[in-house]
Order: sequence, then C-alpha cells, then structure tokens
Amino acid sequence: MSIDQVIVTLAGFFLICMIIKFFWMKGKNKGSAIALKNGVQEQLIIVKGGYTPDTIIVKRDLPVRLTFKREENSSCSEMVLLPDFDKSLKLPEGEDVSVEFVPKQVGEFEFACQMGMLRGKLIVAL
Amino acid sequence: MLNAHQQQETTSLSSHADLHLGIKGMGCASCVATIENALKEENGIIKAEVNFAASTAEISYDPNKITPSSIRQTIAGVGYSAVEPRDNSSDAIEKEEAEKEAEYRTLMKKFWLAGLVSIPNVLLMYPDIIPGLVELMPPASAERIVVWGLQGILTTVVLFWSGSQFFTGMWSALKHRSANMHTLISVGVTAAYLYSIVATLLPDTFPAGAAAEPFWDVTTVVIALVVLGLAMESKAKGKTSEAIKKLIGIQAKTARVIRGGVQKEIPVEEVLVDDIVLVRPGEKIPVDGIVTEGTSSIDESMITGEPIPAEKTEGDEVIGATINKNGTFYFRATKVGKDTALANIIRLVQQAQGSKAPIQRIVDQVSAYFVPTVMILAILSFIAWYNFGPEPRFIFSIIALVTTLIIACPCALGLATPTSLTVGIGKGAENGILIRSGDALQTAEKINAIVLDKTGTITQGKPVLTDLTVMPDFQDGDVLKSAAALERMSEHPLAEAIVEGAENAGLSIPEAKNVSAVTGHGITGTLDERHILIGTSKYLRENDVVTDGLEDIADIYTPQGKTPIMIAIDGKPAGVFAVADTVKEDSKEAIELLHRMGLEVYMITGDNTITAKAIAKEVGVDHVLAEVLPEQKAHEVQKLQSQGKVVAMVGDGINDAPALAAADIGLAIGSGTDVAIEAADITLIKGSLKGVVTAMDISRATMRNVKQNLVGAFGYNVLGIPVAMGLLYPFFGVLLSPIIAGAAMAFSSVTVVSNANRLRFYKPKGVQS
Repeated sequence: MSIDQVIVTLAGFFLICMIIKFFWMKGKNKGSAIALKNGVQEQLIIVKGGYTPDTIIVKRDLPVRLTFKREENSSCSEMVLLPDFDKSLKLPEGEDVSVEFVPKQVGEFEFACQMGMLRGKLIVAL
Repeated sequence: MLNAHQQQETTSLSSHADLHLGIKGMGCASCVATIENALKEENGIIKAEVNFAASTAEISYDPNKITPSSIRQTIAGVGYSAVEPRDNSSDAIEKEEAEKEAEYRTLMKKFWLAGLVSIPNVLLMYPDIIPGLVELMPPASAERIVVWGLQGILTTVVLFWSGSQFFTGMWSALKHRSANMHTLISVGVTAAYLYSIVATLLPDTFPAGAAAEPFWDVTTVVIALVVLGLAMESKAKGKTSEAIKKLIGIQAKTARVIRGGVQKEIPVEEVLVDDIVLVRPGEKIPVDGIVTEGTSSIDESMITGEPIPAEKTEGDEVIGATINKNGTFYFRATKVGKDTALANIIRLVQQAQGSKAPIQRIVDQVSAYFVPTVMILAILSFIAWYNFGPEPRFIFSIIALVTTLIIACPCALGLATPTSLTVGIGKGAENGILIRSGDALQTAEKINAIVLDKTGTITQGKPVLTDLTVMPDFQDGDVLKSAAALERMSEHPLAEAIVEGAENAGLSIPEAKNVSAVTGHGITGTLDERHILIGTSKYLRENDVVTDGLEDIADIYTPQGKTPIMIAIDGKPAGVFAVADTVKEDSKEAIELLHRMGLEVYMITGDNTITAKAIAKEVGVDHVLAEVLPEQKAHEVQKLQSQGKVVAMVGDGINDAPALAAADIGLAIGSGTDVAIEAADITLIKGSLKGVVTAMDISRATMRNVKQNLVGAFGYNVLGIPVAMGLLYPFFGVLLSPIIAGAAMAFSSVTVVSNANRLRFYKPKGVQS
C-alpha cells in the first residue's frame, strides 16, 4: 500500500464514522412539555427539512392542538400524518394548519411525512 | 375541508359550543357592533366576535340555552344574513394547483438551462474523437484549458441555479441531522464538480499517466435529468388526486330558494337548513334534502356511481351535487355546508388518501437508514477502487463514488405506497365506495370469507306483498281492498306491505270501523257491515274460523320464505296473503361474482331457517347462519375468524354495527346522504351488493399496484447501487457512467408514479358501464 492509499483509506473510514455519528447517534432529544392555553396544549411546529421541534411532550387526557407551518415548497413535506391518532393534514406552504385530538394512551407516537422521510415524536405522559 | 373538520372537534372538546358563521350585508364597520350587541343580549351567548374584514362571526354559546338557528334568527333580526362559512376547499385546490404549476414551470426553466449547457459539455468532453476539434484544441494545449475553463463557468451557473433546490433541501435536512434525496444529489454533483475544477486548473496534481479530464458533463447532465424527473413527477403526482378534484368541482354554485313566498337565487353557501329549494330540469341539486313536492328522475352517478337515474317523489331523499333530469320539484334542505353528503365524502376521502397502509412500515424502517447507508457505500467503493482498482485509479474512484450517490433513489421507495393509495381510494370514491384508510384497503385484499346480512343487504329490507290466493266465492280485489282498509290502521311492517300492495294495484282503500289489533297475532274490524279478521292461522282458529283450506295454501308459501297472512270475512275463510322481503335485483349476480373471486359467502339472519334457506337458494349463497339474534352476529363473525378466516361483514351500519366492528373489514351499505357510518371500514353509498364486488376488486388492484411499485423501487435500488459501486467490473468490465445513473434515478420515481396513475384507467368489476 502506498502512502496515498493509506491516507485515502483512513480518511474514508473517518468520514464513515462521522456519517454514522452525525446521522444515527443523535442522542435522545429530550423535548419539552408544552404549555397549556385555554385548557388546550398548544404547539407550533415549523416544517422545513424536518419538524421543529421534533419531540413534543404532552399530558394524557388533555386536548392537544398541533399547528404545522410549512416553510418550504419541497413536495416531500406537503403532508403530515399522525397514524396513531388517525389524522393526516395537507400543509399548503406558509399556512398554519392545526390538528386537535385528545391523547388517551401514554406512550411515544410518531408523526411523519407521507414518505416517512421527516419524522417527529409525540410523547404522551401521565 | 380541514377547517370544517377542526371546527367540529373544537365543538366536541369544549364545554361550550362554537359557531363559525359567514355574515352577509355588512356595509360598514359599525355593523360589527350592531350584530355583536344583538347577540350579546341573547341568553346563552358566551362570546360573540364579528370580523368586518372577513365577514365572519365567531360565536361561543351554551347549547342548552340557545340553538344555532335562533342565533341566525337574531342576526337576521337586525338586518343581516348569517350564512354557512364559505367552504374554501375548492379555493384551496385552485391555490394548490397554481403553486404546483408555478413549481413545474420553475423546474422546467432550470431543466432548459441545464440541458442547453449540457450540449457543449457533452460534445467537448470527447474532442479527440470529434474530427476538427482535435486540431483546434490538441491535448494538453492552452486552448483546451481555456475551453474547459469556459465550460466550468457555465457549469457553475447550472450547479447553483438549476441545482439550487438540492442544496437548500440538503441544508434544511442537515439542520435536523437527517439526509434525503437532495443530500445524495448535492454531494454527488458537487464531488464531480470539485474534481473537474482540480482537473482543469491543476492537471499536474494527477499522477503521471492519469489523463486529467474534467466531468463538467456529469454535473450538468445529472442536474438536467434529475430536475426534469422532478418536474414530470410533480405533473404525474397531481393526476393521482384527480378523483378528489372532480368531487370538489361538482358542487353546485347557486340555489333557488323560496323565502317569504318569493323565489330567489342565492349562492349555495347561503342555503340554510329547512329552506325550501326549487330545482328545475337540468339543474344541479344544491344541498341535501327531502322532496316536498313534485317528482323527477335524478342522475346520482357522481355520488353513488349508479348510472341509472333514480326516481324521486315526495318524501324521498335527494343528494346535493346530483343532477335533476326531467321534472321540477321542491325540497326541504336538511343538510347544508360542511354537513352535506358530498362534503362528508370529500373529507373522508382526503383523510383516507392521507392514511398509511401497514405495508408501508417496511419502507419507513428502510428510509430512516437509507441515505446515510448509501453515502457510506459510496465512500467504501471509493476506497476499494483507489486501493484495488486499475489505473487511472483516482478517476475510477471518483466515478464509482458519484455514480453510487446519484443512482440511489429514496424517492421511488417513498412514493411507492402513497401514490397508489391515493389513486385507489379515489377510484373507489368515483364508484360510490368510500374506503376509510390504507389499512382497510390492505386488509380487504386478504379477505377470504364474506358474511352478508340478509335484511337490507341481500334483500330490499322491506316486506312487500308478493302473492294473494283467494278461496272460491271471493274476489282478489275485494279481499285485498278489505284487508288494506284494516291494515291501514296498523303500523306493523307486514300491514304496510298489504296497504302498499293495494295501492300499487290501483285500489281506493275504504274506511274500516271498529278496528282493533292483537299485537303479534292479527287485527279485526268491520267494513260495509262485514266482519273481517286478518292474522295468523292460530288467531283465526281462536275466532272460530275453519282454516283447513287456508293452511294448504300457506304451506305452499312458507317453504318459499314468504310469510302467510290469512283473512276471513264474516267467519268464512277468504284467502291468504304472502308477504316477503324481496331480493334486490342484482344480489344474485353480485354473489356469483364474489364466488368467482374465490370468496366463501355466508348469509346471516335472524329469520327462521326455512325462510333463510329459501332466500339463500334464490341468490346462490351456500352457507346460511339463520336464527341469529342481532347481538349474536358479532359472535358468529368471531367464530369464523377463529377458524382462521379473514372475514368481511356487510351490513346496514346501524343494527349490524357490532358485527361490522368485529369483522376484519366492515362494509356498511349506506343509503343516500348518510355516508359517515362510524363502524364501517368501507361504506357503499349505493345500496347494491355489487359495490362489495367493486370494493374487493379495487382493493386487490390497488394492493397489486402497491406491490409492483415496492418491488420495482426496492429492486431498482438493490440492483442499481451495487452496479454503480462497480461490482460488475471485475467480472464483465462494466462500470456505469454517472450520466446513466442520473437518468435511471430520475426515471425510477417517475415510473413509480406513472404506474400508480395506471390505476386511474382500470375498470373495477361490478361496475356497470
């Protein structure tokens, strides 16, 4: 192995480690509990390449209102699905679209775009 | 639609109720106060806010103290009219279409620029083989470097304008520490671009023997192809939701209402419940309602899928957006705005089109890891080529890296299921079949046993007079007229059948006297001084009638599944009526089709075994579950499931709700405007059993389409990526060009969407032309 081959190989494996670390070892996003407003747990979620915030903690048995605002025109994010709550929303660019429901079960529920590329999590706690 | 939906939920969540109204007639800002004050004076209004600019009112009220209609009256009382808030679904669709069109145009512009720059880029890549060019720019000459430099400038413009969405897409994903198609394309073309800069400006850095040649063509052609692919995909995706656009487009715009004895034409959103609406021949029926005067035949195909017009007369339901063919009639509005059948259908279909099928879970698992994995594979192939590849190693390594990044197509995977579902569920809606979710669609495909409720599903659900046999000395007409005279006083369904039978025979029914009924046995009374007895044979015998002759006739009817009703006049046996719930005309054909689809067909009924078997024989059902109490129906469904069958239950959605819920798939046979049947996974708007056949067929066709797409998308990536990495090179000497990879990538997702669109042209079974 010549010196340039050693360098290329080592640099390549280093890059691979970085990719793994960056994309897959994000660590647990703690998320924060959302505030109660007129008896409803409200949260605004910005949709742009992902969901911000992407982890939302709510209390069980209290109504939740999630408002999505899509700030991009990539068609990937034009729908958001909450399959565990039987909800799906179409998100026109720049418009606030809300969904309301009352979580009845404790647990972690995913919300995602229709193709499953963008993901977020709703954590229902007691 | 969404707003309407949300609003319903707000209502159910809070302790008070909210009403969102449109207000007409506000001329100035002071009108706001007038309306607000008038409302606040009413008992039960918690909050009233009128918005002048939007011409709307947001009202919170206590539903125990005040009703929406009295709120409307209050507003009308101060000189304004309260209307249903404008349902903006059609506006939203238009806006979306406009956005899509703009996006398409931008993409096409980007494509043209990238395409134009690609022409010289491709030609000038091979100067040595194009006659004349070699002389103009010989290898390693200054002229060649200048040409390459000019190409580089043009390519830079293409990269940062035509390819801009790849970078912004990559960047917004990176901020969430995720990666997508944009990441792969950006990294791929940027690698080719950076390499080309080095090859142009610093050709000496390459080891001796490695001809430094830039890949300007790769950068521009790949961008051109992928952008063109995106444009085509966006066009094709727009078509997948055409069914829903059609539904939204068929709403009526105006209505002719009669208010205060005056006929006036108003926008459809201003029609209120209980308005009397006039419909002339050829006009669209604006909202749902009940005919109060007149008759007509109505084309309901756009809602029910039924091609034959329905005859409507006083008391019949009419559905908004259907078309009046020939008669003029009046009807009373019962459902308006977001409550109409059409609005419900649109909401349900949109909801279903946005749902997920369980089959997609595997894609979801894959897609979380897909893009970073491809990046890792690309780096690995670079390392492998650099260490073990032939010379020029560096160039081969770059090609393998770029090709691998570009050929991988996460979009094809992601689009595979949702596009087919959208088309399949839309296809259902076009044929009067509302499929609730992707889950329902997928389960329906696996059904192997189908349980049909008898009453109302296989049969009309309403007994009719089928036969009448009279004893010698009596006349048909006279006996029927006498029976109808008594039965008219009864509300028993069998009695109604006799009265209707007499009416259908054109008899005028006289008035009977001293009528009294013994529940479950019979009825007695007098007509023209004659004493009449109608009922079971036991009832007649208890009243000293010799029923032997009548019994013989009854014995003919009973095995046919008909209920015999005897009549005696002045103590003499007069005749026997046979009443039966008749089979719907196409039930037999539908059941045959279900058999042909390989389904086991069961009939379930509370009727006695004899009646049940008679009907089963008539329609060709081979398994009969008779004498089942309504509450046991669900249990029977579970029994079949415990035998390992995947069971669909077809019923009316009200009495059969528990059985529908217990079954793997519950299909409710709806009628008219009641489309939002909760217990059902699939609602058949038209009452025909053929709808079951169509529903099953649509689910099978859609799932077949989904599987084709998934196999195609997975297969494409599983085969394409290793080939791009150069796995075939040691054996066949084949290494893909990045340009071919770009073409393959762009067209793989277009193929998936086009395959889904193919479903639009397919004609499901059980649909009449």
